[in-house]
Amino acid sequence: MLESAGLPITISGVTKTYGAVYALDSFDLAIQQGEFLTLLGPSGSGKTTLLMALAGFLRPDSGSIKFADREIILTPPHKRDVGMVFQNYALFPHMTVAANVGYPLKLRKRPADEIAEKVEAALDTVQLGGYGARRIYQLSGGQRQRVALARAIVFGPRILLMDEPLSALDKQLRERMQIELRHLHERLGMTTVYVTHDQREALTMSDRIAVINHGRLMQLDTPRHIYDRPANRFVADFIGESTFLPLTRSGDEFQFAGTPLHLDQPPTGGGDYMLLVRPERLKVVDGPAPDLNIFAGEITELVFQGDTSLAYVRLAEGTVIAVRASTRAGEAVQDAKVGDRLSFGLSRADSVLVPAEDGEDGA
Amino acid sequence: MSAAGDTALNARLLQRDASVERWSLLGLASPAILVVMVVMVLPVGWLFYLSFLGDDGQFSLENYNRMIESKAYGRIFWTTFKVSVLTTLICILIGYPLAYFLAQLPSRMANICLLTVLLPFWTSLLVRTYAWLVLLQRKGLLNRWAMDIGLWDEPVKLVHNLNGTLIGMVHIMLPFLVLPLYGSMKAISEDYMKASSNLGAGPVQTFWHVFFPLSLPGLFAGALIVFVLCLGFFVTPAVLGGGRVIMVAMQITTNIELFFNWGAASALGVVLLILTLGILFAASRALRLDNILGGGHG
Amino acid sequence: MMRWWHSPASETQITHGQRLWLYILSALIMVWLVAPSIIVIPMSFSQSQYLEFPPREWSLRWYAHYFQSVEWMAATRTSLLAGVLTMLLATPIGVAAAYGLFVSRHPLARFMFILLVTPIIVPVILIAIGAFYIYVQIGLVNSLLGLVLAHTILALPLILVIVSAALKSYDLNQELAARGLGASRLTAFLTVTLPQIRFSIITSALLAFLTSFDEVIVAMFVSGGDNSTLTRNMFNALRDQIDPTIAAISTIMIVISSTLVILTQIFGKSKD
Repeated sequence: MLESAGLPITISGVTKTYGAVYALDSFDLAIQQGEFLTLLGPSGSGKTTLLMALAGFLRPDSGSIKFADREIILTPPHKRDVGMVFQNYALFPHMTVAANVGYPLKLRKRPADEIAEKVEAALDTVQLGGYGARRIYQLSGGQRQRVALARAIVFGPRILLMDEPLSALDKQLRERMQIELRHLHERLGMTTVYVTHDQREALTMSDRIAVINHGRLMQLDTPRHIYDRPANRFVADFIGESTFLPLTRSGDEFQFAGTPLHLDQPPTGGGDYMLLVRPERLKVVDGPAPDLNIFAGEITELVFQGDTSLAYVRLAEGTVIAVRASTRAGEAVQDAKVGDRLSFGLSRADSVLVPAEDGEDGA
Repeated sequence: MSAAGDTALNARLLQRDASVERWSLLGLASPAILVVMVVMVLPVGWLFYLSFLGDDGQFSLENYNRMIESKAYGRIFWTTFKVSVLTTLICILIGYPLAYFLAQLPSRMANICLLTVLLPFWTSLLVRTYAWLVLLQRKGLLNRWAMDIGLWDEPVKLVHNLNGTLIGMVHIMLPFLVLPLYGSMKAISEDYMKASSNLGAGPVQTFWHVFFPLSLPGLFAGALIVFVLCLGFFVTPAVLGGGRVIMVAMQITTNIELFFNWGAASALGVVLLILTLGILFAASRALRLDNILGGGHG
Repeated sequence: MMRWWHSPASETQITHGQRLWLYILSALIMVWLVAPSIIVIPMSFSQSQYLEFPPREWSLRWYAHYFQSVEWMAATRTSLLAGVLTMLLATPIGVAAAYGLFVSRHPLARFMFILLVTPIIVPVILIAIGAFYIYVQIGLVNSLLGLVLAHTILALPLILVIVSAALKSYDLNQELAARGLGASRLTAFLTVTLPQIRFSIITSALLAFLTSFDEVIVAMFVSGGDNSTLTRNMFNALRDQIDPTIAAISTIMIVISSTLVILTQIFGKSKD
């Protein structure tokens, strides 16, 4: 009964400045009907500004925001019909749980019995059935989070906005809620825009991720592509661990320290590129491996982290790369000592080039 | 996408909405502003103008000249200054230990003890002045008790002079010092005291080296309020001073009620206002005015 | 007792015994603070023409005198009326101003806030003669309206400071949440913000009443005739002689203000 088909959102040319600073710089983004889209970026990147503009709490300087075909940029927040979950939940402490959840229905002047019914259904949906009479201060952080969610979905909005809703929870609860939110989205089908600065959360939950920095869209893609094929250095750096190796280019051939690289998808554009090396994608090789790109060097530091360990390796030309290895018995890195020389291979598919510029304007 | 046309249009409408919101929020303050303008700003401006008019209605500085030349006026300003400084000093001397004591109490006890500061604070100033008049007069309670226990033999003149004025004014002003000071003392984290002890300071050293400096802004704020309020005081010196302690505010009243001399009264008022604002302005450079007034913004 | 004496009194491990002087001094100051009010109360029940403590003979004579005096009753009526009207005028416009200026980010808002709290800084005598002068021109002297307007500006700073402090400690995101859920700005304020700052508003309203009810100087200039306030008449009586009727009135005023202050304390504590 709470299901609703999501609405597509079209954001075009949205600009918001604070003095000389662009919080959003002529921002364009098309969010598909019913998708779970995450806005990911460091603090001050403009992701929250964009979410607040979608909710109507922040008035951009110019631009257009459409829910389906309806232009809503001039619509006040209370006429937008979007559900919103705030970072600190913004539950009303002077009302019971039921009154909080029923608040949007009461504003819409629904009859009392319908309100009671829908409130209970929404509380059931977030697994808080029977909690209606409680007071907000009697709830744990996780329960408050669920109440905030129930309140945001109870009136059947076709768009749901969430502003770092899990950031106040501890790690275990957060991971459980990530899965639950994901399931809820699949069940209810509303278009969901989710803001976070936690890359792992974004990778776990999203259909697509929009990486934002300095008020601009850095990359919009599926989690897999964002991680494996970052469009620029900023995205590669912000998501996952990475080392960048400088390359020399002659035509379509790229060389690292004089050795040509084996590549699956050599870039077609001009300009300089760097090789992105993810620590977990390297593996130790002993013999010849003609299909791998090989990096040999001396171990300078070993760090044990429980599930994995990290080795820092200084390559012949001086760059230090990080290598992540499983702590399984028999792994070559586990037996190594500082000062040992080892060779690491990177497969063609994992050898990704990113433009040497960091994706910023002219930088 | 019809981007160019759309965005240009929206920019104008968004700007219009933004300014409507901005002005309607400020508009919420307009009734209050209006009352303050009509009842305070406008009249005070008018008095300012009057103070520069001579008896003949022409522009003149005679009202100010009189203040400089007349010995009587000099004495009034000196009295005002003396009473204000003495009141402030006595308030600091007895208010600081009291605030310190209150700040160290467990909160339930502190709330009860604070009532002894709050109740007089909100009791009519006139009532309290009257009570002191009754207590301090020649045949009053204090004189009788003092003679009963042999402190002195003859009734001592405790009221209708500077002593009586000071006793009454300190009593009325003390809460203005204690309340902000208490607040600022409560805000000092106990961790500093622990750290100081841990570093080897004894209780007395810790107090003077750590606690006292940290409590100074609150003390300064409270003392400033007391001093500024004293400058404009009227009721207490009028009743307890018995005509021997004449402060600026009383002279203003006399000028109007007895002599109908608006020019002279206005000039005194202007000087009083400028002194008050000048002191506050000077102080606000040392310490932000917000802290004294409570501030409006988060 | 001995254990208390040697037990540490603070983080710095100073003992209660070493700080005994502080306790005695503070107790004396607190007694001194409340003594005048406490002593006036029994005196007002004295039979004697002269103020005695403790009274040799108890009576309600001065209360009877007060309640039977047409003048005192008229003045009391004026004071109560002025207090209530000041409260009713100052509270809504003060709360509206505090809210508007708190939410607004306009540079003017700061300036307006300062303007609204200045009446607490400007010497009251100046406000009194200024208001008197203007009222003479527009015929508001000795009118209830004029008195209430002047008392309103004296009450506004308190309301602004108290309500702004309450808004500061309140999470305005709640209002955004309400608006996002379908409430207009006004509805959001009325259903979400107002219920949560209501104790501060009640407190400031009570203090607005007291400000007006206790005020002397402005009342001396702008009230008079049929609209003389209680404090104005008391002040005039004080200058002439020590009339025990004033002790009775003082007792009543002490009871009123103590009740209101204790109410504000209760409201203040029940916040959140």
